Amino acid sequence: MTGTDFTQGWVNGWIITIVLINLLGCLWLLWWTRKRPEDTIKEGESLGHSFDGIEELNNPLPHWWLNLFYFTIAFAFIYLTLYPGWGDAKGILGWTSVGQWETEVEKAENRYDRLFEEYAQVPVEQLAGNEEVVKTGQRLFGNNCAICHGSDARGNVGYPNLADDDWLYGGSAAKIVETLTNGRSGMMPPLGAALGEDGTKNVAAYVLSLSGRSGAGDAAAGKEKFAMMCAACHGPDGKGNQMLGAPNLTDDVWLYGGNEATIIETINAGRQGKMPSFKDQLSPEKIHVLAAYVYSLSN
Amino acid sequence: MAKTHEIVEKNVGLMIILTLVAVSFGGLVEIVPLFFQKQTTQPIEGLKPWTALQLEGRDIYIREGCNTCHSQMVRPFRAETERYGHYSVAGEHVYEHPFLWGSKRTGPDLARVGERYSDQWHYDHLMNPRDVVPESNMPGFPWLDENIISGETTAAKMEALRTVGVPYTDADIAGAKAAVEGKKEIDALIAYLQGLGTFLKVKR
Repeated sequence: MTGTDFTQGWVNGWIITIVLINLLGCLWLLWWTRKRPEDTIKEGESLGHSFDGIEELNNPLPHWWLNLFYFTIAFAFIYLTLYPGWGDAKGILGWTSVGQWETEVEKAENRYDRLFEEYAQVPVEQLAGNEEVVKTGQRLFGNNCAICHGSDARGNVGYPNLADDDWLYGGSAAKIVETLTNGRSGMMPPLGAALGEDGTKNVAAYVLSLSGRSGAGDAAAGKEKFAMMCAACHGPDGKGNQMLGAPNLTDDVWLYGGNEATIIETINAGRQGKMPSFKDQLSPEKIHVLAAYVYSLSN
Repeated sequence: MAKTHEIVEKNVGLMIILTLVAVSFGGLVEIVPLFFQKQTTQPIEGLKPWTALQLEGRDIYIREGCNTCHSQMVRPFRAETERYGHYSVAGEHVYEHPFLWGSKRTGPDLARVGERYSDQWHYDHLMNPRDVVPESNMPGFPWLDENIISGETTAAKMEALRTVGVPYTDADIAGAKAAVEGKKEIDALIAYLQGLGTFLKVKR
């Protein structure tokens, strides 16, 4: 920042003048209320004020106390000169809050960047075996990911479990880094209108049959509809497609719940899962370490 | 000396005036200049006023007292910028009346929460925070999913903000009611939350 930050010229003088009036005023007040030789009332004698029988005596402040006041005034002048204080003066130390933050960050970078760069040279799969790196990754996870995926990374309804080795978009190191960097947008369209109430029930029954269960609808009729409406993403056998993030429907892992009512709800209204991108918040080196932690959970 | 002191002590009116003079120094020298500083009065590049829906969301944020537990101010400390993102700058807040910086963090700071989580996450979290964050002690706000915004006062609010310098256009104000009418309160609040801190393009 160069020059003044004030939009009006008078502000600078305004600040300096009021600060000076304040400081000199304090000084004058101390001087004006000092002990004087011409005072007729001696120390410890009554000043003649009496309120409800309580008398005010002439008891001056101890010297050390009075000197503290003088000291604070002197301190104010020193402080205002060292730090930004006199109007738009920068202070002879050149201190700014942003400067202090930059120093703090630089110090941390000098200490940690070396480590992160070292880690970046090692493939994620190998890094996942390094306990120290996994711990660092866990910290990053706690800060950035736990709010959706849980502090144990075991997910929640609508937020995938990362520790069960079941993956929507693939669990290879490269896929994990890709997911972290660019995010993911799940897109299950609502099909309730196209299928109708019975059609939805039938498809739900077929989906349930894929994991060895049965529903109220006609699974055989549902299978036909499934081939038309669902197989493009979930595959003809319902085993899903990691290219599209379409889940495998034949296992017992359910992102939104696998009971009949929830499956019908999913078919009716669709699902729009969204994993945000972290490339703006985290450096590639940090994403690398974070990926190592996530990878370590199921490998 | 004793005499002049007595004048002040025995005239309450004079004492009040002198007290006011004494306590006004701090404000005159620390608050008044803020109205005449570039960094506190000029918006950062790309700063836009809240949309009608976000503005309603902001009022719900105030009504529900979110600002009593959540601050909106990332301070320039490494510990905070690591967790939340770039520290807050004054120019981000020039259209905020009143600002919602807050002073207490029972929950995390929200100055940079925009675009960090999905809309669905915010929905789940506002309905019952423990559904997504088991250790959370934030109350749920399920009524926001039932309350519908009428939009009767949205245009008037925007006009009031315009008089204090928020650059709403006539078209913004004319379209305000249509933009929010019939929307659920929870969607307005989510729209506001998703906008928080997103105008500053540097994220870390």
